[in-house]
Amino acid sequence: MKHPPGILGSSPLRRDGLEKVTGAARYLDDLPAEGTWVGATVRSRHPHARIVSLRFDRTKAPADAVFVHAGDIDGVNGLQILDDRWPILASKEVHYVGEAVALVAAPTAEDALRAAAAVEVEYEQRPAVLDWEEAARNEPLYELALDEGRCEAILEAAANGDDGLILVEGEYFTGAQEHLYLETQAMLAEWVDGRLAVTGSMQCPYYVKNALQHVFSLGEDAVQVVGRYMGGAFGGKEDYPSLLAAHAALLARAARRPVRIVYDRHEDIVATTKRHPSHTRIRSAVKKDGTLVAARVDFDLDGGAYLGLSPVVLSRGILHATGPYRVPNVRIRGRVLRTDTPPSGAFRGFGAPQSQFAWERHMDRIGRRLGIDPLTLRRRNVLHPGDRLPTGQLMDASCGAAAALEEAARRGDFLRRWKKAEEDRRRDEPLGRGNRPVATGVGLSLAFHGAGFTGLGEHRMRSPVTVRLTAEGRLEILCAATEMGQGAVTVLPMLAADAAGLRIDDVLIHEPDTDVVPDSGPTVASRTTMVVGATAARAAHELVQRIVQWKEEQMGEAALRVEDSRLLGPGGEIGDFRELAREYLAAGQPDAVTVHNEPPPWQRFDEDSYHGSAYPTYSYQAQVIEVEVDTDTLQVRPTRAVAAAEVGKVLHEVQCRGQVEGGLLQAVGWALWEEMKRKDGQLLNDRMTTYIVPTFLDAPEMEVHLIEEPWEGPPHGAKGVGELPMDGPASAVCAAIENAVGIALDSIPATPERLLDHHIEAAQGGRR
Amino acid sequence: MKVHFILNGKAVEAEGRPTDRLLDVLRHVFHLTGAKEGCGEGECGACTVLLDGRTVLSCLVPLIQVDGRSVITVEGLAATEKGHAYLERFALKGGTQCGACTPGIVLSGAHLLQEHPHPSHREVAHALAGNICRCTGYQAIQRALSEEPEAVLDSTLLPAADAEREDGS
Amino acid sequence: MNPASGLPRTVDEALLRLQERPDTVALAGCTDWMVRDRLARADAPPVIDLLAIEELHGIEEIATPPSEAKRPAGADADPTTPPPLLRIGATTTFGEIRVDRRVVEGYPILAEVASQIGSRQIQNRATLGGNLVNASPAGDSLPVLLALAAEVEIASPDGRRRIPYDAFHLGYRETALGPGELLTAVLLPPPPPHQAFRKVGTRAAVAISKVMVAMAAHSRQGRWSSMRIAAGSVAPVPMRLRAAEKVCEGAPIDVETATEAAEAAWGEVEPIDDVRSTARYRRWALSRVVRRLLLEM
Ligand SMILES: Cc1cc2nc3c(=O)[nH]c(=O)nc-3n(C[C@H](O)[C@H](O)[C@H](O)COP(=O)(O)OP(=O)(O)OC[C@H]3O[C@@H](n4cnc5c(N)ncnc54)[C@H](O)[C@@H]3O)c2cc1C
Ligand code: FES
Ligand code: FES
Repeated sequence: MKHPPGILGSSPLRRDGLEKVTGAARYLDDLPAEGTWVGATVRSRHPHARIVSLRFDRTKAPADAVFVHAGDIDGVNGLQILDDRWPILASKEVHYVGEAVALVAAPTAEDALRAAAAVEVEYEQRPAVLDWEEAARNEPLYELALDEGRCEAILEAAANGDDGLILVEGEYFTGAQEHLYLETQAMLAEWVDGRLAVTGSMQCPYYVKNALQHVFSLGEDAVQVVGRYMGGAFGGKEDYPSLLAAHAALLARAARRPVRIVYDRHEDIVATTKRHPSHTRIRSAVKKDGTLVAARVDFDLDGGAYLGLSPVVLSRGILHATGPYRVPNVRIRGRVLRTDTPPSGAFRGFGAPQSQFAWERHMDRIGRRLGIDPLTLRRRNVLHPGDRLPTGQLMDASCGAAAALEEAARRGDFLRRWKKAEEDRRRDEPLGRGNRPVATGVGLSLAFHGAGFTGLGEHRMRSPVTVRLTAEGRLEILCAATEMGQGAVTVLPMLAADAAGLRIDDVLIHEPDTDVVPDSGPTVASRTTMVVGATAARAAHELVQRIVQWKEEQMGEAALRVEDSRLLGPGGEIGDFRELAREYLAAGQPDAVTVHNEPPPWQRFDEDSYHGSAYPTYSYQAQVIEVEVDTDTLQVRPTRAVAAAEVGKVLHEVQCRGQVEGGLLQAVGWALWEEMKRKDGQLLNDRMTTYIVPTFLDAPEMEVHLIEEPWEGPPHGAKGVGELPMDGPASAVCAAIENAVGIALDSIPATPERLLDHHIEAAQGGRR
Repeated sequence: MKVHFILNGKAVEAEGRPTDRLLDVLRHVFHLTGAKEGCGEGECGACTVLLDGRTVLSCLVPLIQVDGRSVITVEGLAATEKGHAYLERFALKGGTQCGACTPGIVLSGAHLLQEHPHPSHREVAHALAGNICRCTGYQAIQRALSEEPEAVLDSTLLPAADAEREDGS
Repeated sequence: MNPASGLPRTVDEALLRLQERPDTVALAGCTDWMVRDRLARADAPPVIDLLAIEELHGIEEIATPPSEAKRPAGADADPTTPPPLLRIGATTTFGEIRVDRRVVEGYPILAEVASQIGSRQIQNRATLGGNLVNASPAGDSLPVLLALAAEVEIASPDGRRRIPYDAFHLGYRETALGPGELLTAVLLPPPPPHQAFRKVGTRAAVAISKVMVAMAAHSRQGRWSSMRIAAGSVAPVPMRLRAAEKVCEGAPIDVETATEAAEAAWGEVEPIDDVRSTARYRRWALSRVVRRLLLEM
């Protein structure tokens, strides 16, 4: 089938665009409030404590308020994610500040807060696990290992200076990061005749549905979940909405009416999941010319109080732990440690930004040690087609690591700028007396991101997508993909239209309503375009084929086809697709086609040894980031970011750029300002005035170059771009700071305070 | 108390407590849910509206201070022909992703463009620094605003602010 | 009195109202007051709207010289002081101050600080008077007004009085404003020729200050005179850096003086650790910024 010109790679107005710019788009909190009550949550104020007593003092609460505690849960008091040990409501013990202990609902938000204030909880405090050292002494929540080659022997040789090898060691930290999606968590639940209906802001309606069935011991037919537009998610609405939905459902049952819970910002920051903090130690053996020979990586994540999604985050973390480079001998150990802090969860990048921050900083450390510039060192080791990853996976032709590296370095004029800043710094000691007010520096990094689920996740799911005809003769995609701003509701119809020979506006997409759409899997892991999109395209193609075949039979004519929504025969145009489709429907023909995702049959992955192809393909991004460091205040201003992203195939250019630019800034924010500050388990910066995300004035000017090295798989070789831009920039920012003022930071965020501490310690160390 | 004001060019009245937030009045009394609560503390800009032609944060404006004034929300901007065209171009250029910041951003943007057609990069950044966007990295917003054609930016972009006032103030 | 709402329209009416109902809250731009939790606002006390009082608003030049009364030592009056003064009404917003020609030309550091407060939306509402009365140690205009040797005008039921701004902040969030009193205006003496300001915030915009330094001075034959240096966010109240000022007084305008003053500044502050920064950083940045501003001013 010929493609109508220009659907893919063009940038049509996004489907949700007009609704969003005119303010007409209805997010959960925008639904009319009439008839619904408002829920509020009573939360633990201690990181670890036993609940001695829990009492709702009705005399202090508004008259009709309802109260729910763990004892009211008749199914399972556990949030079904990978295990179900995260309680819906704490019953005996609390394990983080902000953990839900009880719920209340009342007719208005103010009454709900008053009711919450009428809940009295008595605690007996217990010693809490709050730091890395203490956590490392306890049993980890989860562990993984990946071995290839003879790592330890080589490291030992390097340690002894044998074989011309050099040992380079480093230790790296990254902090927790708050998603700060602009729309806080929001959910509405209602029971109608024993059936539970939930709608709200969520990435994964079927996760929510499964969790609700678990909590309430309900059958599949008894729960309906509808995902709405999300005002941002970034992974933060992958796991947590299931908990919130359970809360809303408990309250709705108690109140016998619809109940909504919309977190205020403070509550959202305190209680919801965060990016895992990480601690990485790397021991590596390199040749004098910078060739990587072996690396041992110990990668620890702070999982918080409960397991949640941590094993999957850890898995992705270790699978990206040596970046897009050839490292023939590796020994990687990953652990999820447990602390009495809010469970860490999914956040754009899912472990890969943490491990690649460490790895890229380590590359810079190797370069510094050997006197090799960052570009040359990376060139020497970068993956090319035909090379292998530590898992043994052979890189195919769609390995654009080198292309991304070269493009970013060239467009960002990296080497010249880097050398100049090195010279300037050596000459005039920017932090000394008589300094320039501002020192500039430039940093380079390269990272990659596996597309889709890790391992054989896609093989197990073989997720279905349905395409059906509407009465007016348009196609409608039924899938569970949700729109969080990334553009799913635009790109999926584009792919289907392209595959079916239709105009874009002849393809609709149904809202993700579990009563209607099949479980096409969660909207995570950069899999929506690549996996769901490709499946939708096949389904659409298949359905249109069937219609065409039916018509051929009707007409006794072969070689009909649909192009640009017109039915064409050998003699030219026969009619319009919508008319044809209506005819087909009128004839009582089946109106829908369901097809399942077909992951590449060659993909094998051994989940015990961690060998094989963990992902069918990878996307790559390199960036050159320039900063200005104020030499008086050590404030860092990122001024320019040049990124080259190799994404296989660009399907919607505006949206693709938007992903790279948005992800890049989130990564820069993580590198420079974003930090969860805790003292004794209490979060100190639980407001937007103290949790600092970048404003317009903080953002660098960006130049994004998109590179296409299509992989063999559908759709058209596109590889996923949602998370990729989060992986590399933080390290480039640190490298740029180092280039500017000589402070080599191995932990982020690189706040002025942390830079100063480093500077002073280095100066004192130097004097001694 | 009862207050009278001009909302998107029309005279309206609202009943409420003097310290009720304009944001809540817009959303709950007038069902104009374009303005969003992203923080409730003046930090995010999602609740931005125009008050007597200036951008303000409706989460920090008490109802009492709206009496006798003019308020324009994104719905008002969308209702003018030029406003709608401006908004459509904004979306086409990638200025919106999740959309939660958008109603505030496009109002700050419209206000800027009326004062400075063809704003420089710095001018856009300064004018929009009070509107946090977590999705776009701001670049597409920058492009959308700096490429906006001047011709559309006359006074008919926004609804009239001087509809008949009802009280004598 | 506003016939429709019954709200005061003059300062005297407002004072009367505050006397009648001492729990009455005087609202200005509300950018501090509205940032309070929902329940507190729901039990709203009676309010008056200062923005509706015309005489509290606007910038004008006035002829009266500053009262000589009770000026603290060290805050010398320039001998050549002829009027006029610039009078900035308490409810004038930072947005208005930012673009006022007299401010931009005469008191550029005030225009600059105005442009760095919060965001445009905040500047369109936040008032100078609110910033002073709110009296946060991180209030950005505070050190600037100290450096500019401002005076403030206070209205009480007993009449109006004027005090040097140096005497306004008494302790942490404690001011010379008595119950039932209103701050009516800020008065600026003629502009000093040298002025400099630096805000070190948590990010480039919508930032609360970790450290602020404002300074203003005259110079004679290559030497500093009438140097006033003020700092914010390093103590419970905005403070004059008197040791640093003393170093500069009569000293040559050069690197040595700047360096010595920076060291003096280092020694005279006792900042604290808090959620936004550390004591170590504040002291370091303060000292470096003092030096930098003296070099550039
Ligand atoms: C997002 C955000 C960012 C901010 N950024 C900054 C910043 O960068 N720098 C900074 O310094 N501040 C900042 N602030 C704080 C605030 O904007 C300022 O302090 C502002 O100047 C307060 O003025 P207002 O008119 O809004 O005061 P209001 O909130 O109206 O009043 C504050 C208090 O002062 C009293 N009051 C006000 N005026 C008078 C008067 N004339 N007489 C007697 N009492 C009076 C009120 O009763 C109230 O108790 C920020 C606030 C927010 C929400
Ligand atoms: S909700 Fe008003 S600024 Fe965030
Ligand atoms: S588009 Fe999502 S916050 Fe701006």
